Amino acid sequence: MNEDIHYLPAHSIRELLKSRNIGAEDVVGASARRIGKFDCRVRAYLSAITEQAISAARAIDRGSVSASDGLLSGVPVAVKNNICTKGIETNCASRILEGYIPPYDSTAVQRLKAAGAILIGKTNLDEFGMGSSTENSAFFPTRNPWNLDKVPGGSSGGSAAAVSAGMATVALGSDTGGSVRQPAGFTNLFGLKPTYGAVSRYGLVAFASSLDQIGIFSRDIEDCATVFNLISGYDPMDSTSSTLTRPVSMEEIKKGLDGVKFGIPESFLEEGVNEEVSSCFEKAVSALESLGARAERIELPNLKYSVASYYLVANAEASSNLARYDGIRYGKRAAHYSDISDMYDKTRTEGFGREVKRRIMLGTYALSSGYYDEYYLRAQKVRTLIKADFEAAFKKVNAVLMPTSPTPPFGFGEKLVDPLSMYLSDIFTLAVNLSGIPSISFPSGFSAEGLPVGTQAIGPSFSEELIFRIAYNFSEKCGFHNKRPELEKQFK
Amino acid sequence: MKNSSSEYEAIIGLEIHAQLLTQSKLFCSCGTNFGEPPNSQVCPICLGHPGVLPVLNEKAVELAIRVALAASTTIRKESIFARKNYFYPDLPKSYQISQYEKPLAENGILEAEVDGEARTIGLKRIHLEEDAGKSFHPEKDEDEQFTFVDLNRCGVPLIEIVTEPDIRSPKEAHSYLLSLKQLLEFLEVCDGNMEKGSLRCDANVSVRLKGEREMGTKSEIKNINSFKGVEKGLSFEIERQIELLKRGERVKQETLLWDPVKEVCLPMRSKEEAHDYRYFPEPDLLPLVISGEMVEEIRKGLPELPNERRKRFIRQYGLPQHDAWLLTSVRSLADYYEAVVSECGDAKTASNWIMTEVLRIVSEKAGDISSCPISSHSLSELILLLKDGTISGKIAKTVFEEMAKTGKGPRSIVEEKGFVQVTDEEQIREFILCVLKENQEIVTEYLGGKSKSFTFLVGQTMKLSKGMANPELVNRILREELSKP
Ligand SMILES: [Zn+2]
Repeated sequence: MNEDIHYLPAHSIRELLKSRNIGAEDVVGASARRIGKFDCRVRAYLSAITEQAISAARAIDRGSVSASDGLLSGVPVAVKNNICTKGIETNCASRILEGYIPPYDSTAVQRLKAAGAILIGKTNLDEFGMGSSTENSAFFPTRNPWNLDKVPGGSSGGSAAAVSAGMATVALGSDTGGSVRQPAGFTNLFGLKPTYGAVSRYGLVAFASSLDQIGIFSRDIEDCATVFNLISGYDPMDSTSSTLTRPVSMEEIKKGLDGVKFGIPESFLEEGVNEEVSSCFEKAVSALESLGARAERIELPNLKYSVASYYLVANAEASSNLARYDGIRYGKRAAHYSDISDMYDKTRTEGFGREVKRRIMLGTYALSSGYYDEYYLRAQKVRTLIKADFEAAFKKVNAVLMPTSPTPPFGFGEKLVDPLSMYLSDIFTLAVNLSGIPSISFPSGFSAEGLPVGTQAIGPSFSEELIFRIAYNFSEKCGFHNKRPELEKQFK
Repeated sequence: MKNSSSEYEAIIGLEIHAQLLTQSKLFCSCGTNFGEPPNSQVCPICLGHPGVLPVLNEKAVELAIRVALAASTTIRKESIFARKNYFYPDLPKSYQISQYEKPLAENGILEAEVDGEARTIGLKRIHLEEDAGKSFHPEKDEDEQFTFVDLNRCGVPLIEIVTEPDIRSPKEAHSYLLSLKQLLEFLEVCDGNMEKGSLRCDANVSVRLKGEREMGTKSEIKNINSFKGVEKGLSFEIERQIELLKRGERVKQETLLWDPVKEVCLPMRSKEEAHDYRYFPEPDLLPLVISGEMVEEIRKGLPELPNERRKRFIRQYGLPQHDAWLLTSVRSLADYYEAVVSECGDAKTASNWIMTEVLRIVSEKAGDISSCPISSHSLSELILLLKDGTISGKIAKTVFEEMAKTGKGPRSIVEEKGFVQVTDEEQIREFILCVLKENQEIVTEYLGGKSKSFTFLVGQTMKLSKGMANPELVNRILREELSKP
């Protein structure tokens, strides 16, 4: 048992802690040891704060903090490095924010800490969340624990790798166009992108405000549900957070799938899906049918415009959100410059990576006078159509099922040379963000090479309980999520 | 404008920024006090730290709606905040949150007094926005030049009020601004202090030959922070444009700054192209939804507005236009006036006293009515003493000066100094007999037909009584005595 503490789910940790079979220090220590052993190659963390984490665990064991009774008491949590943590560097994997230490905690982190969670480190990402492979980090790429030659997905690749490799129990990521679901799919985890507004964005460094949402990585549904219940709900610090969110109940989630109807947008899926992904998806559909759910073919005619619409809206917002990194108040400032506009130029030239610059330029262009109507406005109109497609679908079916990603994890550098091919790898996830609805990616098989493949269940706004139920029942039957990467073997 | 220019006319529109009287900023809970140490009223939100989000201050919305209602605008049920993107060292987010395509309110009117006449000016729009910070360039005494940035004002709530180009002269612009300031104060929405920057004005101005329909090219004068500046800056710019046109040259579209010291408009140092602000809807805020109930609630709480009050003063107190305009120019003055009238019951006398004596001592102290040492109660008592004949008009002036000096009430001053008017007929007759005796020659002149001599004799009697004799009685008894055979 002790061998595997690092793979225990949070609810088991809670029981063991209660029965005093183990202490919080054992739990945090187990993850810390994994970090010490494997992170030199996996590189999930931009900064691991294991010593701090262990002393926080000791405090819980001594009962000297009120959090000892919390739902996540003693649970080591990893947080994507674009989510602010008071006193701990939050740099979005960008040179421009190197050394930036936020004076405040994001709401999600605050709520996790209040439940006793222990922050063990800040994880790597594609700079400012822009990318699908974690190769766009300004510092180093993260590797997929299932195969160190493959990417862990992005942009929350660090969080995915950390949980997958047993270097944290659960993790927070952010999902702007699939950045939690795609890496979850690539690393055999559950990855939730909640309904827009269900989780406060306060403290999440903005990439595209109208699409961003903090998401959750976990190794089982119960952990995902626990974390979701903790971090969701209205936050007075975020005007766009919703008062409609209700906690999910494990009892409801554990109910079977009788009477659940889900739709499959077959014609949308015809384009460019890898055969192995296709076959995993088909098997997943049959498994769900065998559990009492009914599958139905549906049409989502405007989803094929997701990529175009997404990159215009997201980049337009990003160009504005990233304008504050100008070298005046915090973060990096160029060492030599002649005047103020030269300082802006040099600071931003040196501070931002290629992908970020590309997107700022595209976004600036899309918003500029003369092009606004043609690009930004039109993209928003398409977005409305995509939303309407889902609304129409949910009149017929309870949920929509799609592969998470068109391919299994790919190799380093494979898509880096061609930005468009990288953008297309998010084709199945983008529409969900454009529509503000929730989606969960769950483990649903492996490629011939042994690489994880994910499927996502998409539901209407605030239907987290339903999509958890689909993911839970499927996983209980198929058990793919119980398989772990063989890190030790790869290290030989 | 000079006579030589009278073939031209000016087209003027104003954009006024008014700081709302809220406790906290537009999108965070930081304070908005003036004159605090630099960067002492800031937090991660108004500093634009990564990850923070704006939360709208409801009080600011309420105050903006007050103005919207008072200016008879149409209030949008759903207005939208937008980002106005530009780089500037004192703009932490590199965008300003403002309202753009769908502002809070549109199409209203405002009345102003120009040369004693009411003029109506159209209001294009009223919208909410946040202020930016301030940069300071200290005297350079070393090789290195620094820019200091104070972000205390960042996020301070403003409303921007944009007029139609309905204004035709610098004087009209001045009057309009004054009326607006007065309205904002009446509504308790803005303190109207231009020196502290709580009221700022940008002006758009163009000129054209009278009778022409096409608008001329306009220039924009930025950040005028005094009433004098509005009039002088516009006059300067109008003259300049006319001179250009007369010489057959063109007016360039440009942004100017008013230099209050040199009294000239100078082009702003802008290196490049016109700004492209790349406005787009602020995704961090939901649309601002204003319900009918909310508007009605605010409407109920509105004070009587200057125009209504002015009209009521004319109707209820029978005051002339001029008195009414003056007395309603500041809310506290109008309140003072009404307090005096309600106690003394004499509207015109109260108006006369306030417009002359009270405003004189207030302006001597360079303050407003709240700094007046004479309470409304004291003034009405003084008027009552005058009316019931306890003191004469002349004594009243003396008592008033004493009140101004000491802040004491009129009754105690009258008693202390023995200022009570002499109304005892026998006493007055004695004064008169005495005067007649001493001025036999004048009496003879009077009886010989020189009527002016009567006034002289009244004067002498008043002098003898140290001004305390009742003048009416003096007149009557003097006549009696002189007509005796
Ligand atoms: Zn603040």
